[in-house]
Amino acid sequence: MVPSRYRVTSRHRETPDTITLALEPVEGEALSFEPGQFDMLYVFGVGEVPISFSGARDGQIEHTVRSVGAVSRAISAARPGDVLGVRGPFGTGWGVEGAEGADIVVAGGGIGLAPLRPVIQRIIERRDRYGRVSILVGARSPELLLFREDLAGWRSRFDMDVSITVDTAGVDWRGNVGLITELVAETGLGPTTVAFICGPEIMMRFVASALLDRGVEPGHVRLSMERNMKCAIGHCGHCQFGATFVCKDGPVYSYDRIAPLLAIREV
Amino acid sequence: MTTAGIYDLLRELPFFSNLGESALRFIAGCGQNVHFAADEYIFRENQPADAFHIVRAGHVALEIASPDRGSLMVQTVGEGEVLGVSWLFPPYRWQFDAHALEPTRAISFDATCLRAKCDEDPALGYELMQRLAETMSRRLRSARIRMLDLYSHAGTS
Repeated sequence: MVPSRYRVTSRHRETPDTITLALEPVEGEALSFEPGQFDMLYVFGVGEVPISFSGARDGQIEHTVRSVGAVSRAISAARPGDVLGVRGPFGTGWGVEGAEGADIVVAGGGIGLAPLRPVIQRIIERRDRYGRVSILVGARSPELLLFREDLAGWRSRFDMDVSITVDTAGVDWRGNVGLITELVAETGLGPTTVAFICGPEIMMRFVASALLDRGVEPGHVRLSMERNMKCAIGHCGHCQFGATFVCKDGPVYSYDRIAPLLAIREV
Repeated sequence: MTTAGIYDLLRELPFFSNLGESALRFIAGCGQNVHFAADEYIFRENQPADAFHIVRAGHVALEIASPDRGSLMVQTVGEGEVLGVSWLFPPYRWQFDAHALEPTRAISFDATCLRAKCDEDPALGYELMQRLAETMSRRLRSARIRMLDLYSHAGTS
């Protein structure tokens, strides 16, 4: 429950309101995590928020943060050399290893691409263990796409398909304009396909529905849920989601487990 | 290309799947194979909507011009998809610009010819309208959801 001190080693601006921080421990080794898990990032004197891991490299962890409130704004303002508190890792992972042998669909909308980036990195590290890999990305506009260098790298590979769509664009855009669900129709799918989806809840519902319509098994569709997490260990109850707590039973859930809850307005 | 050649192409398009042979041959009589270069405008807003296209290969943007923001893309249309529905309803004028983003091949149907065939064979007309209505419904849903600007509203901390 006590935060460890991590020093900011780099800060990369993704979009006008989103940055990616690389962090290394002030003492000891960086924590290891499973793609899909999250940390509680603490700005001393300001507060603490849950942020998913968006990557790892060279003994450092990466978090991608969008400024939407007081704490995330304070995290976003951190500069190399600043120290943040880190508790974690918490929650369930995507289960990337469990999907070995399957065709993979990764669908990320907006900031939802951040928790999926480690999935893609993990798959690339062990590319021969997976079948066909399709990455579907949605954003509000081309200027608000995250991880543009990564996207360019993934698109240049011959062993995965990357499709990007935006809600609206100027005429210099050469990609798709439309809903991310429309990309599902262009994706090769089968009963063994495993899908990892993260983004606004409405988007996830529609993408999951489109996948199921095309024959993907409900138990093979995984979603990352977001609720108001505080303690991160299932004690405070802030993130209750049906009979579960998102911080310890999630954030990654199998669609067949939570589909009934997604239809209940008050949950 | 001959009507028989168009018929063969139509059989490959998902939009016409499970449509009977006689109906397809009937429709093929209104179609022709067309090609558009990258950056070519296929039609422009407010021009007469005198054709109905189905994209065979390529990528087309539907755009609308804004005085202060330039042209804005509202939708892209790709392989196998319907391009243009304004030919169905009076005053038969396009509501958007259609801009080929890359070399694009399509089947283009003469709108007057197709409307006449639908009037002549109401069963065929109903079948086509059902398929076009499904496309319009899907695009309406897409537009409505995008209007919600979902990606801007995530998290509060």
